[in-house]
Amino acid sequence: MTTRARVLVRPKAGILDPQGVAVERALPALGFEGVANVHVGRLIELDIDEPSQLPAICEKLLANPLIEDFEIVSEP
Amino acid sequence: MRFGVVRFPGSCDDVDALLACQRVPGASAQLLWHGDADLHGVEAVVIPGGFSYGDYLRVGAIARFSPVMESVIRFAEAGGLVLGICNGFQVLCEAGLLPGALLPNVNRRFICRQVNVEVVRARMPFSADMADGEVLSIPVKHTSGRYYAPAAVLESLEADGQIVLRYAHDANPNGSSNDIAGVTNAAGNVFGLMPHPEHAVEPLSGSVDGLKIFTSMAHAHG
Repeated sequence: MTTRARVLVRPKAGILDPQGVAVERALPALGFEGVANVHVGRLIELDIDEPSQLPAICEKLLANPLIEDFEIVSEP
Repeated sequence: MRFGVVRFPGSCDDVDALLACQRVPGASAQLLWHGDADLHGVEAVVIPGGFSYGDYLRVGAIARFSPVMESVIRFAEAGGLVLGICNGFQVLCEAGLLPGALLPNVNRRFICRQVNVEVVRARMPFSADMADGEVLSIPVKHTSGRYYAPAAVLESLEADGQIVLRYAHDANPNGSSNDIAGVTNAAGNVFGLMPHPEHAVEPLSGSVDGLKIFTSMAHAHG
């Protein structure tokens, strides 16, 4: 029985995220006002037999805990 | 001194690093293939610049798990000299051999230019042939060169003298914390830097300052 899972990886709060800043600055030029706190991260989708392994997989490879936070979203 | 230069899929400065090592009087150098866990008896390891494994996931993240790196980690833990340049620096941070991480440049651009770096700590294995306060002219070329470490780690790096090179005043090209251009581990036998010393070994290219890192390693090894 495999589980479809999503892992969201984000830059840690407090660490400057130049990609997020670039997106945020581009929006007013397109006429979209009032958007703040933009951060750009990664989405990783996978099928896994043992979802209990996911935290270790995230800490060891998918995210670098020094600079990134991760969130595991399992689909039913 | 026998240098070994690691070649990953996507390494691009491996040959320049090999040639730089070979300029050290009395030294020889050979390539080490990423899939081969045997270090072939080399006495120092260089992890060169490039885009190992396409920089997939995060810079340095995949290279860290290659067979050669498991051996490099054991070599470093036994006190062997390991130099990581640019992508090599990123790989060493991902491998946990050096503190911190390298983030995208503050200006989000690829930066390729000559920079001045100041020797903060001479007479270390990688700075044996330098003087404190000496300024070296070495090129940088990277997109993710912003050195980051948590405040407590930066404090201990400063207090323990692990910062060997800093970008000179107003020359920090990427937003690195504390202007850090190159750091060692606590034991001093692993060194990573973003500037490319292997591109500064030939008078025709404008500077030979980079050669001092390679000669220092040979002198430290004795």
